[in-house]
Amino acid sequence: MSWFFRHRGLTPYLLLAPGLAWLTAFFLIPLGFLAYQSLQSGTFDFGYSFTWELYNYWDAISRYREHLIRSFLYAGLATVIALLVAYPLTYWIAFRGGRWKNFFLLLIIAPFFVTYLIRTLAWQTILADEGTVVGVLRDLHILEPGGRLLATSTAVVAGITYNFLPFMALPLYVALEQIDPKLIEAAQDLYASRWKAFLRVTLPLSLPGVFAGTLLTFIPAAGDFINAQLLGTPKQHMVGNVIQSKFLELIDYPAAAALSFVLMAIILVGVVTYSRLLGSERLTG
Amino acid sequence: MTDLTRSELLRRAALGGAALSIPGFLAACGGDSNTAATTTAGPKELAKTLKFSNWTLYIDRDEKTKSRTLDQFKQKHGVTVQYFEDINDNATYFGKIQRPLSQGQSIDRDIVVLTDNSRFPGLLIQRGWVEKLDKSAIPNFANLQDSLKSPSFDPDREYSLPWQSGITGIASNLKLTKTPVTSVDQLLEDKKLKGKVTLLTEMADTMSVVMLANGDDPAKVDDAAFDKALKRIQSAVDSGQVRQFTGNDYTGPLSRGDLAACISWSGDVVQLTADNPNLQWNLAESGGDIWTDNMLIPKGGDAYTASTFMNFVYDPKIAAQLAVYINYVSPVKGAKEEARKLDPALADNPLIFPDEETLSKTVIFDSEALSNQDYLEKWQSLIGA
Repeated sequence: MSWFFRHRGLTPYLLLAPGLAWLTAFFLIPLGFLAYQSLQSGTFDFGYSFTWELYNYWDAISRYREHLIRSFLYAGLATVIALLVAYPLTYWIAFRGGRWKNFFLLLIIAPFFVTYLIRTLAWQTILADEGTVVGVLRDLHILEPGGRLLATSTAVVAGITYNFLPFMALPLYVALEQIDPKLIEAAQDLYASRWKAFLRVTLPLSLPGVFAGTLLTFIPAAGDFINAQLLGTPKQHMVGNVIQSKFLELIDYPAAAALSFVLMAIILVGVVTYSRLLGSERLTG
Repeated sequence: MTDLTRSELLRRAALGGAALSIPGFLAACGGDSNTAATTTAGPKELAKTLKFSNWTLYIDRDEKTKSRTLDQFKQKHGVTVQYFEDINDNATYFGKIQRPLSQGQSIDRDIVVLTDNSRFPGLLIQRGWVEKLDKSAIPNFANLQDSLKSPSFDPDREYSLPWQSGITGIASNLKLTKTPVTSVDQLLEDKKLKGKVTLLTEMADTMSVVMLANGDDPAKVDDAAFDKALKRIQSAVDSGQVRQFTGNDYTGPLSRGDLAACISWSGDVVQLTADNPNLQWNLAESGGDIWTDNMLIPKGGDAYTASTFMNFVYDPKIAAQLAVYINYVSPVKGAKEEARKLDPALADNPLIFPDEETLSKTVIFDSEALSNQDYLEKWQSLIGA
């Protein structure tokens, strides 16, 4: 024990060590290897060699521009829809849920005890061409007689939204739940309308939740390929589908690695810009 | 593994050590590894277990995961088969096993099954990632159908032996199509089927069917014929006629009625018809490709035990028992006669035991085209990546 007291200055480093070791072994080293691979040239049949092949990056961007744009479009749409769905939902649970709060939260999370793949496959059944949902929409003339939902962009965006909803809802709930109702009462005492109290008090106080929720939804959604694979057609494929097929089917590691880095770079730039705009340091600090 | 006793564990560890050191010792003694391999005489020992990776719905297993064939094998030879259904498509499985194999590591399997209309069986052999069959343990090798005796990727069948063959054709859901779809023109261009058609992700399967319809020969692919077929499929994708490219997963949507027709494999649909009489499988009028799934012994697998198993399933009685259950084409001579004793109707089913007429409409896809990088890239970008 006395050793610890004499070397108290080491404590922070000792506390950091497991996390740092973890990140180094399972994040930094693989990332370095991926960067190395992304600059290789050659084919699987003749072997790959390191040649500073920067062209891989140009090739990735120019050939798969459409897939990249689609990924960010779908992920963005899904994030916005998830926010619009999750905000009123969690607001209601946080302020009106009473003693049922935990039960309602459980209801949000319950479907997610089932694996991702099975949940997405379930949507194939829900949106089936001869299923009830499509039948009702056809009867209401929202869909044309031969229209369908499955294998369309709508299905893919809906699938992504559904699959990432809890990542939006939980941080939002935490932020809303922490708001002291007295602050809202105070605003109303000072003659703020309900709407104004919401805009000036509740909304700003919940922004850290919005920030965390949108990032937790958007980032994995941009790299997702399961929804496009199962609910879309080749015309809906996202950049994740390309990376998946390059890695596993074409065994074209350099192209796959370069594309992964392009995706990572765009997300990183996006996130930095976004956090500057929302001023996350002030929000989370 | 959980109920392994300590003594058992130690014993296995010792065996493992012996397995590691004996080949090393032999290799160190014999100057020429080839002669060492062919002169390993004396009694060979069967391993306790055989690890077998295969595709789904490809052996006679019932709900309780009991397989008659595997039980019989255990009774006869005392070897327990650990059966894994972990192969979904050729490219993905190869992607999974090529990393350890390329580093000289075993993949902990004694038999894997890959299709000859992908480039992967050939690639495994060419890279030296498979063990030679122990032909002395396979007297039933003589039962192999003549037409399958010398494939281009393994002309003397030194490394591979067929598991089953199958034919690629068109499946229809009669509830939607009324009459079965039998022509590629209808499949790709009939507006009534728009958005209710899928094709297979396997290049050889889909391309063969379309090239035959174009009047080209899939057994000898040239650039012009390839591009012509590719263009035709591309325009069917662009027009929205084709909804998706699938592996084995076309079965669900086809049964549900999301699909009216799709390019599909013979045996699957024979099995599905049992549950859904609206489904029907036909060879396209212009023909389709015939492919064969091959058993291979990945490097580090137990060649003697694996070969003993192969010999077992090449017994016509066992082959017939498998064929009537899984409904694909048996590569074993005499299986048809044995199958007649088990189920006369199935023995006359041309999809399971193809007659001359059916066979005359099938081709084997050009094996060189399978590893043409240009074709592979074009195909991959067509199917959506």
